[in-house]
Amino acid sequence: MTAPGVDDGVRGALPERAVVTERRLHPVTPFRRAWAPVAVIVGWAAHDPNQTQEQLTRLTTTTLLIALAVIVPSAALYGFLSWWFTHFAVTDAEMRIRTGLLFRRTAHIRLERIQAVDVTQPLLARIAGVAKLRLDVVGADKKDELAFLGEAEARALRAELLARAAGFAPETAHEVGEAPARELVRVPARELAIALLLTGATWGALAAALVVLPVLWLATHSVWTVLATGVPLLGAAGASSVGRFVGEYDWTVGESPDGLRIDHGLLDRTHETVPPGRVQTVRIVEPLLWRRRGWVRVELDVAGSANSVLVPVAPRAAAEAVVARVLPGVAVPTTGALSRPPRRAGRCFPLWWRGYGIAVTDAVFAARHGLLRRNLALVPHAKVQSVRLAQGPWQRLWRLADVHVDTGADRTVTARLRDVQEAEDLLRGQAERSRTGRRDARPDRWMA
Amino acid sequence: METGSPGGAETTGTEAAWIGLPPGLLRMRRLLLVVWLGPAAVGLGVLLGLLAGPAWSAFALLPLAGAVWGWVMLGRNWRSWRYAERADDLLISRGVLWREETVVPYGRMQLVEVTSGPVERHFGLASVQLHTAAAATDATIPGLDPAEAERLRDRLTELGEARSAGL
Repeated sequence: MTAPGVDDGVRGALPERAVVTERRLHPVTPFRRAWAPVAVIVGWAAHDPNQTQEQLTRLTTTTLLIALAVIVPSAALYGFLSWWFTHFAVTDAEMRIRTGLLFRRTAHIRLERIQAVDVTQPLLARIAGVAKLRLDVVGADKKDELAFLGEAEARALRAELLARAAGFAPETAHEVGEAPARELVRVPARELAIALLLTGATWGALAAALVVLPVLWLATHSVWTVLATGVPLLGAAGASSVGRFVGEYDWTVGESPDGLRIDHGLLDRTHETVPPGRVQTVRIVEPLLWRRRGWVRVELDVAGSANSVLVPVAPRAAAEAVVARVLPGVAVPTTGALSRPPRRAGRCFPLWWRGYGIAVTDAVFAARHGLLRRNLALVPHAKVQSVRLAQGPWQRLWRLADVHVDTGADRTVTARLRDVQEAEDLLRGQAERSRTGRRDARPDRWMA
Repeated sequence: METGSPGGAETTGTEAAWIGLPPGLLRMRRLLLVVWLGPAAVGLGVLLGLLAGPAWSAFALLPLAGAVWGWVMLGRNWRSWRYAERADDLLISRGVLWREETVVPYGRMQLVEVTSGPVERHFGLASVQLHTAAAATDATIPGLDPAEAERLRDRLTELGEARSAGL
C-alpha cells in the first residue's frame, strides 16, 4: 500500500516554531463512506418491509440504472471530499486532527493525557491492509479516531505517539520505534470456548427462546410476531456466545515499557496499548459455573477507553500474576483477608450480605460483592477521585453505612453495609491514603 | 445534629472547623415553600367551599399541613449541611435521613463552578460546585454568600493547582 498524501503544511497557520507536517489518511478511506447510502436503504427496508416490497415491484431497469448513476458518484464524491478535508499532525505535545467539509472541526489531543492507544482492524480493513487508530483521552469523541491508516503507518504512528507521550526527546521520538513486548497471558481457544459455554447469559437467552417462541406461536399463530421476538432472543444468545468468542479469540496480554498490550479478535483484530499508571480499577469476576475450574475473568477500567476486559478467562493464579503486573506492588487479597460486614447487615440485605467484603492494603482498596457471581474490585489509592459515605434511614437503624470510592474512569467501587464507626474511619483513612498514594504515583510521562 | 450558624465554627480534635450554611438559604427555601403552598391552600379551600360545600374546604388543611411539615424539614435539612476545608481535602456533609458525607482531595478537582439563579441572586446567594473526573462525585455547596463562594472558589482553585495530579 502506498503512503498517504503528505502535504507540507504551513496550512495550519499556527505560530509554531517547527513546521508541523500535516498528513492525510490512507487513500482507501473514501470507500468506507461508500457504505452509507447502502446502509440507509437497507435500514429503510428493514424498518418497513411491506412498503419496500411494493416499491420493489414498481422498479424498472431504467429507474435502477438512474438511481445507480446518481447514488454511486455522489457517495464517491462525499467519501472523497471527507477524506480530502481530513488532516492530522503530530506535534511535540499534541495530536491535531482537522476535519469537516462544511462544519470544520479541529481536535487537539494532549499527548500526556493519553489513557490508551487502540489500533483496530475490522475484517475488511484487514483485507485492504489498513487500520484505525484511536487515542483514548477523557472526553474523546468517536470522531477523533484516525480511520484509516496503512497498517505499517498505524504501527509507526502508535510507537511515535507513545514515545512522545512517554517523554522521549521530540527529535528522537520517531526513531525510538516499537517497544519490545513480553507475553504475559495467551488464552487458548479451547479454554475460551468452554468458558463461554459455562456462561449463564447464553443458556438463559436460549431457554427463553425455547419457552417463549412455542407459547407465542400457540397464542398468536403469527409468523411475524414469533420472528420479531425470536430474532432478538437468538441474537442475544449468539452475541453472548459466538460473538464473544469471535471477539475474544486469541486474546493476548503482553507487557512492554510502553505499558500493557492487549491484542485480540478472530475477524476484527484489536491492539490496545495502555501506558503505565493508567489503570483506574481492576475487577476480578468469578461466575458461579467457573468456580469449579478455578477460572476468573479480569476486567479493567481506563478513563475514556471503550474496552473493559483485560483477560476474558484465565486460571486464578495466572490472572493474579497479570494483576500484579498491571498494578505494580499489588497482591490480590485472598478471600480470608476480606472482612465481611457485621452480622446485622443481614437485616438490610438478607443472605446477599455474605457476598460483601472489603480489604484495604498499602496499595489498593478492595471491595467484593456478589454471592453467586463474585466480583472483586481493586482501586489503587492513587486513583481515587473522591470518597463518599452514604447512609439511609434503615441503615441508620442498624448502625450501618456504605462507603463509595469514585475513580477517574467514572466507576464507583462501594464497600457496602459497614459498621458506622468503621465506615467513618474508612472515609477519613481512604482520603489520607489516596493523598499519600498520589504522592508516590508515577508521572504522566512515564519515561521522563 | 450540630447547628450550622454562619460563623458557628466548631473544632473537634484534629478535624478542621465545620462551617454551616448562612441562614439566607433557609429563608429563601421557606419563603418559596410558603409562596407555593399558601396560595394553593387558599385556592383549594375557596374552590372546594364554593363547588362542593363548606365542609369540603377542610381539605385545604392538607397543603397547610404540608407547609408546616416542610418548614420543619427544611430547617433540619439546612442544619445538616456543613463543609470543612482541611489541609488537603474538602469535606461536605449533608442530609438527615439520607446522610451523605463526601471527601474531595483538592488535587482531584477538575473544575470549580459558582452558580446563582435569579431567585438565588435576589436573596444574595450562590452555590459552589466541584467537579472531578468521576461524574459520581456530587460535591455541591448551595446557598453561600457570593463573597464566600468566590473566596472558596479561588481558594479551591489555588489549592487544586498546588496539589494537582493527573488521572
